[in-house]
Amino acid sequence: MSDTVENQGRRDFIVVATNTMLAVGAAAVAYPFINQMNPAADTLALSSIEVDVSGIEEGQAITVKWRGKPVFIRHRTAAEIALADQVSMDDLRDPEGDMDRVEKPEYLVIQGICTHLGCVPLGQKIGEIKGDFNGWFCPCHGSHYDTSGRIRKGPAPTNLEVPPYAFLSDNVIKIG
Amino acid sequence: MFKRVSQIICAGGIAVLAGMGGMSPAMAAGGSGEIIEHEWTFDGPFGFFDKASLQRGFQVYREVCASCHGLEYIAFRNFADLGYSEAEIKAIAAEYEVADGPDEEGEMFTRAAIPADRVPSPYANENAARASNGGAYPPDLSLITKARPNGANYLYSLLVGYKDAPQSKDVPDGMYYNTAYSGNLIAMPQPLYGDDIELAVDGDTSVEALSADVVAFLAWAAEPEMESRKRTGIAVMLFLFVMCFVSYGSMRYIWADIKKK
Amino acid sequence: MSSPEFKNPVVKWIDHRLPVFSFMHHELHEYPTPRNLSYLWNLGSLAGLALVTMIVTGIILAMHYTPHVDHAFESVERIMRDVNHGWLIRYIHMNGASFFFIVVYIHIFRGLYYGSYKAPRELLWILGVLILLLMMATAFMGYVLPWGQMSFWGATVITNLFSAIPLIGDSIVVWLWGGFSVDNPTLSRFFALHYLMPFMIVGVVILHIIALHRFGSNNPLGIDVSGKQDTIPFHPYYTSKDLFGAMVFLTIFASAIFFYPNFLGHPDNYIPANPLQTPAHIVPEWYFLPFYAILRAIPDKLGGVLFMFGAIAVLFILPWLDRSPVRSGRFRPLFKMFFWVLLADCVLLGYLGGKPAEGIYVTLSRLATAYYFIHFLVILPLLSVVEKTRPLPQSISMPVTGAGMSAALAAKRGKADV
Repeated sequence: MSDTVENQGRRDFIVVATNTMLAVGAAAVAYPFINQMNPAADTLALSSIEVDVSGIEEGQAITVKWRGKPVFIRHRTAAEIALADQVSMDDLRDPEGDMDRVEKPEYLVIQGICTHLGCVPLGQKIGEIKGDFNGWFCPCHGSHYDTSGRIRKGPAPTNLEVPPYAFLSDNVIKIG
Repeated sequence: MFKRVSQIICAGGIAVLAGMGGMSPAMAAGGSGEIIEHEWTFDGPFGFFDKASLQRGFQVYREVCASCHGLEYIAFRNFADLGYSEAEIKAIAAEYEVADGPDEEGEMFTRAAIPADRVPSPYANENAARASNGGAYPPDLSLITKARPNGANYLYSLLVGYKDAPQSKDVPDGMYYNTAYSGNLIAMPQPLYGDDIELAVDGDTSVEALSADVVAFLAWAAEPEMESRKRTGIAVMLFLFVMCFVSYGSMRYIWADIKKK
Repeated sequence: MSSPEFKNPVVKWIDHRLPVFSFMHHELHEYPTPRNLSYLWNLGSLAGLALVTMIVTGIILAMHYTPHVDHAFESVERIMRDVNHGWLIRYIHMNGASFFFIVVYIHIFRGLYYGSYKAPRELLWILGVLILLLMMATAFMGYVLPWGQMSFWGATVITNLFSAIPLIGDSIVVWLWGGFSVDNPTLSRFFALHYLMPFMIVGVVILHIIALHRFGSNNPLGIDVSGKQDTIPFHPYYTSKDLFGAMVFLTIFASAIFFYPNFLGHPDNYIPANPLQTPAHIVPEWYFLPFYAILRAIPDKLGGVLFMFGAIAVLFILPWLDRSPVRSGRFRPLFKMFFWVLLADCVLLGYLGGKPAEGIYVTLSRLATAYYFIHFLVILPLLSVVEKTRPLPQSISMPVTGAGMSAALAAKRGKADV
């Protein structure tokens, strides 16, 4: 070619520009194709729920489904609160104060998923085994949780998880 | 030579598209009704929805259409598109009852709707709808503008198309004369007469204005993605136009030595 | 073919054991391609692009779609409304089917004009017709999946075609349905097959490309490549040209997806399927309209079905119907004329397929159908004997030498006509 070096450079530029734009375009196309696997709008709409807790008698608990998993809400008695509050941190495998685990002491909101291997612990219904610490007992591998949902005995490594929640009013909790 | 051939290709492509365009109305031709071509904000590549009009349209739907026509693919949360706040949507939803259950005793129950719920339909099923409407089925409206040829204009023409029947036309009981409906006899009584609604959002309450509002609302219900689709489309088209030029440039550059021979 | 020298040691190591890089180099890089291909030769790679687009978007849609009569329509609406970018992916797939057919139809007519079906490319052509058949089956079953009114009634009408087969027809239809009407078993199997068949198409496309690379592309002059001076390497010449073509194609495609996504569809398919009520006008998707016109043109049930399938069947034997030794229509004045008549005839058939079967349309459909078959079965064999073709240029790179000025002029004139 008889082109000057300068001219050559300008023309090579067009090929580089084409390839760059092609790469940018491919990345832009990839985005929606990947994003479509994220939770859809209807799934997200159910990712937070509102629960009215006024109907729960003292000493009783309800189970609600949140993001496909059970959430335990227990209306604790004064005795249960006191029991949970008095535990020494040294006795806990996963030290956490009871007051750090609740918004209002009378309502304990925890995810009903054993932190060992994901079973649902017993102790929600009247008459069910509540374990050695009067909280919950996981029948799969024998983990015992106390009235604050903290692990006390058995193979589970950590306390039952507290989901993100807030009181919208005195009686309505928004979970998620 | 390249210019020649590209011209020919373009001409060919346009001819094919034009051919299909010619075919399309033929395929779509449904009725013999008169269709008014209304001017919509959502027409064309830069089309958008007028939120005030959508809110008025929703009110018309709620107070007039909803007694017979469902909106089954719309959830209350979708009304955020109309410009409502989360609290307003919650309040709107709470005015509806939806079926839920079974509860712990195994019974079905009803509860106030939440934003995640779909708008409940006025009838349990098609048979119930037909039974209450003298055998006619009031169709669900969530896709109506897509489910009729020239949907928005057709619906608008239908809503403003109730006229006195000409002498020659025999209108049986339970049927109404409408200039837009195919065959001119429709089982739906005239829904809007003008001034029949006290609008929460300021607007004209003539039959034409209310009809336009409710049609705009239904166009949104059928294609809630329309605004983002067209906006994305413009960006994509700009990118591709540039890409066409650039790739043409590199092709010419690469072919330069071949063409010299 | 020379073996490429790879500089990257990893590539070299792999290629020594698994020669994929050499293979790609031979078939996509140095692959010698006639230097005179027009833009009409872009359509093959565009069809490949369309196929890949359809498979990718299709797999994504299958992640969100529910093949059950009670949920299919709703799951499609969920894709359109709730799935992230679901509307985009569905509109690409929906319009992609139409654009795939546009590309393939142009590709086929290019082959018809330039005699690309002639020896030694008969199998290449036959594999192509096979791809068209598979595409039609796939498109038909895909159209059933949204379970709208047109889905349901289209499925009913098309499956009922098989009832025209004497004796066993009715049993075949029941077997296809898995019941006594189009219903849930039909939908499930159509979904399974709609997912399977694109991969069968990929298989045949691979054979199509192997057959193509055996003798290389035909070219606008229709004469054989006579030496190195007639060819250029595929890369970067035709890759850059294909890229430009792809961008033009995508621009048109994107304008449909983003601005007129339902232009090529039928509004009735946004009404959920109702087995008790047939829509006023049932029409297939536009790409089936010419065949639909042929079906309706024949006043006999079995006859209509036979002629419709016959319209494809004649394409399979086309290499033996047209015996003329000259490939390109540029050098065949009579053939060229009839080619344009055939193209007009097919467009007319498409137009008639979308019209109601009454009055003048029936007569026109019959005439157009008659011409279609006469073209292939009578005119082409006759032309191969009686037509006086123009002299051919001696080679692609030097059209002026050899046969002399007249051939070069003929080539020029031919160009002007295409």
